[in-house]
Amino acid sequence: MQAITPGLYLVVAAALFSIGLAIVLVKRHAIVVLMGVELMLNAVNLNLVAFSQYDPVRLQGQMMTLFVMVVAAAEAAIALAIVLQVYRHFRTVQLDEISELKQ
Amino acid sequence: MLNLIFYAFAALTLGGSLAVLITRNVMYSAFFLLLSLIGVAALFVLASADLLAVAQVMIYVGGVLVLVIFGVMLTHKPKPETTTGPQAARPNYILTQHRAWLWPLLVAAGLFTAFYSLISRIHFSLFEHRAPFQTSVDTIGKQLMTEYIIPFEIAGILLLAALVGATYLSSQGDRTNNQ
Repeated sequence: MQAITPGLYLVVAAALFSIGLAIVLVKRHAIVVLMGVELMLNAVNLNLVAFSQYDPVRLQGQMMTLFVMVVAAAEAAIALAIVLQVYRHFRTVQLDEISELKQ
Repeated sequence: MLNLIFYAFAALTLGGSLAVLITRNVMYSAFFLLLSLIGVAALFVLASADLLAVAQVMIYVGGVLVLVIFGVMLTHKPKPETTTGPQAARPNYILTQHRAWLWPLLVAAGLFTAFYSLISRIHFSLFEHRAPFQTSVDTIGKQLMTEYIIPFEIAGILLLAALVGATYLSSQGDRTNNQ
């Protein structure tokens, strides 16, 4: 059984990264912006995994992906806690309406 | 056949993320993100990263996405006109606002064009032969206990710090606000 051409993985990952960037730039809801960041991290993971299948002895790409996933989970937990605090303070999570340091 | 499966899951991934971009409803975008993350897990399997695919489903779909949906529901206050009247039948109608579409889409499309021209132009001698499918569970286990033992331990400390920090951050406001 033959694997897929890795060049296709790079194209899919580039498209996923661009869509994630567009989500981060277009949306104003803080949690949707976080979703865009998660998509960008996944695109990078896809690249790492695509190259890692040529390194079956050390699997450096897959190890890197594992640690990226750990850091992304920690980031999501902390970011959502901060978003919760912002909502309690400003009563909104639309990023453009949060323009004061102190209310 | 394998290419067909690859294209199907790539279409699932990209379609899900495009739907996140297009839809205005935050709950819908959370569920479309689920589709996209499952598609990425399937692409991991096709690149012979089986352990990472399972980890992707467990961490992202089982953990991060549930957290995101909790966040969406906790940071939403139903407006009075939506609790009565015809809008009351749609309790999950949580909208996000958009910025102007022109510049973000131009930036994203330009970035993709740059990436695509780069990828189509470069030639990896690595890619001339195809890598065979093989399981990666044994190797990852060995690597975690030998070469990557220090990052592994640091990841444990990072997760502990994130756990404590998230608990502290999300509980602190209650006490100060209620006084």
